[in-house]
Amino acid sequence: MSSIDRINRRNGLLFCLPWLIGLSVFLLYPLLAAFYYSLCDYSVLLPPVFIGLDNYADLLKDPLFWQSLWNTTYYAIGSVALGLVVSLSLALLLNSKVKGIGLYRTIFFLPSLMPVIASSILWLWMYNGQSGIINTGLHHLGINGPAWLADPAWAKTAIVLMAVWGAGNAMVIYLAGLQDVPTHLYEAAIIDGAGFWSRLIHVTLPMISPVIYFNVVLSIIGGFQAFTQAFIMTGSTGAPERSTLFYVLNLYNVGFQDLRMGYASAMAWVLFMVILVLTFAATRLSRRWVNYDR
Amino acid sequence: MTGRLVLTLALALHCLSGCATPKNEHAARHISYWEKWTGFEGEAMDAVVDDFNEKERAHAKLDPNYAPIEVEKVTISNVEQKLLIAIAGGNPPDLAGNYSFYVPAYADGGALTDLGPMLENSGFDRSAYIAHYLELGEYRGKTWALPIVPASIALLTNKRLFKEAGLDPDKPPTTIEELDEYAAKLTQWEVTLPNGEKKIETGYLPDVPPSQKRLIQAGFLPSEPGWWSYGWGYFFGGSLLDGPNQISAESPANLRAYDWVASYSKHLGIGVIKRFRSGFGNFASPQNGFLSGKVAMVLQGVWMHNFIEKYAPGLQWAAAPFPYPKGQPELAFTTEADADVLVIPKGSPHPQEAFEFLKYLSTQPALEKLCLGQQKFTPLKAVSEDFWRAHPNPYIRLFRELGMSKNAFAIPQTGIWNEYNRELGNAVDLIQNQTQTPEVALSNVQTKMQTALDRNHRILARRDAQ
Repeated sequence: MSSIDRINRRNGLLFCLPWLIGLSVFLLYPLLAAFYYSLCDYSVLLPPVFIGLDNYADLLKDPLFWQSLWNTTYYAIGSVALGLVVSLSLALLLNSKVKGIGLYRTIFFLPSLMPVIASSILWLWMYNGQSGIINTGLHHLGINGPAWLADPAWAKTAIVLMAVWGAGNAMVIYLAGLQDVPTHLYEAAIIDGAGFWSRLIHVTLPMISPVIYFNVVLSIIGGFQAFTQAFIMTGSTGAPERSTLFYVLNLYNVGFQDLRMGYASAMAWVLFMVILVLTFAATRLSRRWVNYDR
Repeated sequence: MTGRLVLTLALALHCLSGCATPKNEHAARHISYWEKWTGFEGEAMDAVVDDFNEKERAHAKLDPNYAPIEVEKVTISNVEQKLLIAIAGGNPPDLAGNYSFYVPAYADGGALTDLGPMLENSGFDRSAYIAHYLELGEYRGKTWALPIVPASIALLTNKRLFKEAGLDPDKPPTTIEELDEYAAKLTQWEVTLPNGEKKIETGYLPDVPPSQKRLIQAGFLPSEPGWWSYGWGYFFGGSLLDGPNQISAESPANLRAYDWVASYSKHLGIGVIKRFRSGFGNFASPQNGFLSGKVAMVLQGVWMHNFIEKYAPGLQWAAAPFPYPKGQPELAFTTEADADVLVIPKGSPHPQEAFEFLKYLSTQPALEKLCLGQQKFTPLKAVSEDFWRAHPNPYIRLFRELGMSKNAFAIPQTGIWNEYNRELGNAVDLIQNQTQTPEVALSNVQTKMQTALDRNHRILARRDAQ
């Protein structure tokens, strides 16, 4: 190895070092430590006691684990589907060439800049059963709206609907993808007599499929980690009737309220595996429908 | 080169700090004290801390060999959680305020210093305290915390609404049956007649369909504010824990209590209650259900007086012991009585100095200053005449009497309380929504929590064996 190579290698490593340190200190170590603690009785305050797979065995028998997993799955599926439809539709609309398009784009992007806590409080008021803007609006249409967050049949759906609020982020990414679609493909399609829907299905969607894939994977991961909305809007008990007890909320209760950090670590690892498997599945499926061909 | 620069700087700094303190005086011993209070409650504690620091400085002036203790109070939100993390991280404050119901979980985790030996050496007089409040800091045979600011709860009534309903405002209900009767008389609806006209009617109006009536005033709602929903059983002679090893969630008294809770959902309709309550603003606001006169009677604590003064100064109110079931006068004066406590965390850098402050806060003048400032009563048996005279709450003697009652209950002392509390909260939710009967809901709580308690004991036994 020449001295230039050596210097390059050293400099390369030096430049990578901040990231390497960050990765190992803030990600790798906690991940492995959590795995070890998941095999322990660990109260944070006392040294961990190794108990093998007991925590995992207890998890399978814990009705709250299953309930929170179901709630989270419902939320993830709902918010991913709704988010996809809304943000993609918005992006398609905002991809047109009209006057003041920059302003429209900004307006639709703005809500996603609001911190989740602030928007949760905002939606808390909007969902108010008595005086909320949503029920007031429904009342004018002659519909007697539900109590939303106070009604176990509606609370989960209400939180899913709220996911639309954050559609701006995905929208911007879709927009970038849309602008990247070569115009000659559309021109060719138009010459072939393709209408709006044909162009959307046969040109636009295949061309932006990598972007869709990216957004879907990110929102699955985000969906399974939902916490703040429920914590702020319905409290840490996941009221009403535990319909909004999301997985991470349950994990937080077990770890930070009950001081069962070993059990909470086991929950975290199960969630990690669930997300890993889903991401892997999405990647495998993507081979069939994601088109990287340019 | 850099090394030399750092060294020079360090020397310079050392000289500066050295020059600032006269050598012949002992440096103050700093104590960090974490406390949750803000606002007027925080100011009351600040005043007591200032007094203590002043006393220490005076002591040092007289005795040049004495190093004064200087307590530095830091206001911390969610102190119960941050304290835990600080203890786990090996960097706790010297002293901390906490809620009494966190003591068992902290003690189980080995997070607290046993105050027993220090109390004994200092000649601490147990009998000076109202026993119930002192016991809040005792768990598994040791003293982990000292009560500083106690509280109790009572039935608060709106005298104007009583008068309007033709009830004697000076005679609050004494039995649950009376409470129910009064509650019905204090319940008002706006009824829409077939011709479109609207009129106010009183009672539960079971014959008027929900679409034709709108609740405008409730006599009593178990869910407003619903803070002690886990404890309704105690008012009927029940309990949540029977000895350290037995959950007693589904005792007959508890079943009776939650049947009673469910009766309000039946009378008013659960959707009606939810919509009505969602019209209330924040607790600390003039739109509070009781303060705005929308709910005539509530179960509330000694602190409510402050909120009345602040948000509804003209409100004519009265306080009385929460009613007991008819024919069971032995259950009169039932109340929930918990306290804010002080703990010395495990690993506290200066436990002895922290204890000095704790000891100061067990003296009558200091406690009276603090509790008067916070508008509560003190955990001591002796009360000075000045305290009574200066106290702004007209019902303070009643609240104290409640706190001393043999029927005062506290949150059960178990390390699984948080879990139990969430489980009960969910059960009450299910019962009030009439999704489950009290039998089913409480039986589920019983099974789940007995399992949790057994698990907790297994874990404790394993830790003890280590």
